[in-house]
Amino acid sequence: MLAESECQLSFIQANNLVKTYQANKREVKALDGLSLEVPKGTVKGLLGPNGAGKTTTVKVLTTLIEPDSGEASIDGVNVLENPEAIKRMIGVSGQYAAVDQKLTGYENLEMVGRLYHLGAKKAKQRATELIEMFDLVEAANRPVKGFSGGMRRRIDLAGALVIKPPVLFLDEPTTGLDPRSRLGLWQVIKDLVSDGTTVLLTTQYLEEADQLADSIAVIDSGKVIAEGTSDELKMQIGGQRVELSLVRIDDIEKGKSLLAEISQGEVSVGNDGRTISAPVDNAPSALQQSLKIFAEENIELNDAGMRRPTLDDVFLELTGHKAEVEA
Amino acid sequence: MSVIEPTITSPIAKTVSDGWIATRRNVYKLRRDPEIFIFSLIQPIMFVLLFNYVFAGAIQVEGGDYTQFLMAGIFAQTIVLSSTYSGSAMAQDLKDGIIDRFRTLPMSSAAVLIGRTFGDLVINSSSLIVMMITGFVIGWRIDSSLPEAALAILLLLFFSYAFSWVMALIGMSVRSPEIINNVSFLVLFPMTFLSNAFVPSETLPGPLRVFAEWNPVSALIQATRELFGNIPVGIPTGDSWLQQNPITTVFIALVLMLLIFIPLSIRKFKSISSR
Repeated sequence: MLAESECQLSFIQANNLVKTYQANKREVKALDGLSLEVPKGTVKGLLGPNGAGKTTTVKVLTTLIEPDSGEASIDGVNVLENPEAIKRMIGVSGQYAAVDQKLTGYENLEMVGRLYHLGAKKAKQRATELIEMFDLVEAANRPVKGFSGGMRRRIDLAGALVIKPPVLFLDEPTTGLDPRSRLGLWQVIKDLVSDGTTVLLTTQYLEEADQLADSIAVIDSGKVIAEGTSDELKMQIGGQRVELSLVRIDDIEKGKSLLAEISQGEVSVGNDGRTISAPVDNAPSALQQSLKIFAEENIELNDAGMRRPTLDDVFLELTGHKAEVEA
Repeated sequence: MSVIEPTITSPIAKTVSDGWIATRRNVYKLRRDPEIFIFSLIQPIMFVLLFNYVFAGAIQVEGGDYTQFLMAGIFAQTIVLSSTYSGSAMAQDLKDGIIDRFRTLPMSSAAVLIGRTFGDLVINSSSLIVMMITGFVIGWRIDSSLPEAALAILLLLFFSYAFSWVMALIGMSVRSPEIINNVSFLVLFPMTFLSNAFVPSETLPGPLRVFAEWNPVSALIQATRELFGNIPVGIPTGDSWLQQNPITTVFIALVLMLLIFIPLSIRKFKSISSR
């Protein structure tokens, strides 16, 4: 029983973290009472826009910066009081914790192994293993500078795995990558987490959180504003949606107001500028109705359908709502 | 997946090992990116030749030959200016996020700075050798004993080493390699010129003369000149205590710089992070 209840305990824990920066003589609250729990062996996605506090959270947990107040621990070890012990348990990879561009992939990994004090032999052996594991054999002896974006992220990720740490922090692991490299890296991360590593992953991409994380915390302005599995978050925004894609972009305003008449919430516009969607009560009848109205108004459609909400919808709803309160 | 355990556990062994690994990183980088290295060797050759042939005809040094007088000034100026690189390299590492990576590793907090300053000592030693060879070619001679000449070389290298710690702290504080280069040009360049590097300090007008006589760089140059035997005995060396006791002054400056800036730099390193 005891063992079981221990498993339930959070492995990574952050309580009420506050961090204020001075920027241009203004105080910026990077973290405003952020609390977070990650159970052992699970992947937590930290989802939020630029400047939401994702990286600051990771920096506090990886001992890089001290919060103004609040507490954090990993596996019961206090991050603020015992940073040296924390450093022996974590691997960090991401947009900031980089590798040396002028060293080769192999030199970087061997150096990290030496700095974990593995000794010359073990550090070399581990570097070779990781180079093979991450499919970088051909590039191993070239400076990282010449690597493609995807290869660079892989070597960066390999750098986080040198000691096979039980806890992994991945800060925006695929930001700036092309879709194909992103898919490749997702597969690498999925393989990694299948063997029980506890992971805190930050991302701006909802799809990435959806793909990789067991549970997602949506953060904005330094606070967690929603938390749950991706299904739970989708439930929060309601049931199904109707989505219509317009032939003429000029019709967008009219289309929005027409769809608003039958929707149960805000009409959102997709990135392409011609796809509109809205939450509805009864999707089939709402779809029928909207097709009829749009035909009457002579608005041509490329596509029309029903779908469950995506995390994009959740995110817009949550952060959009917040912005209104602030204004 | 169980954690791979460390084989080195004592703090001193860790600092030595980490310091070596960080130095090795900078040596790898010099080898891979030889422009920095080559430039740091070409610049002193250029300075030696320019100053020697442009000024030698115009500047009269009492009782001596300008080439003999000039070389110590060039040595000191070059190593002081090249410490800029210690600062800009720290700023660049910070900007690139490599410092963040290092700070998440259980390595010694002094290691990156040890690696930086020792790596730069390699550059400075090489440029000193190149300058001395160039000097020999144009007629500069060491006119003293071997121990004295060796002490002169050691003083120059130790001074450059200590100055690297100062610039490393500045590099971590201003965080921009470009700003460091500008600061260096605006501060170090005048500091090396307002000294006895190229002309005897007594030829300078009032306030500049006072500055030059109390400038520690002048003491380094004076000490180097004396130890290389480049100044004829009995030539006035300036009125300040610094100029009268240049070797002692350089020792005090070295010890002070190291005592103040090593702890400050390490403390700074423990709190820095990109952005």
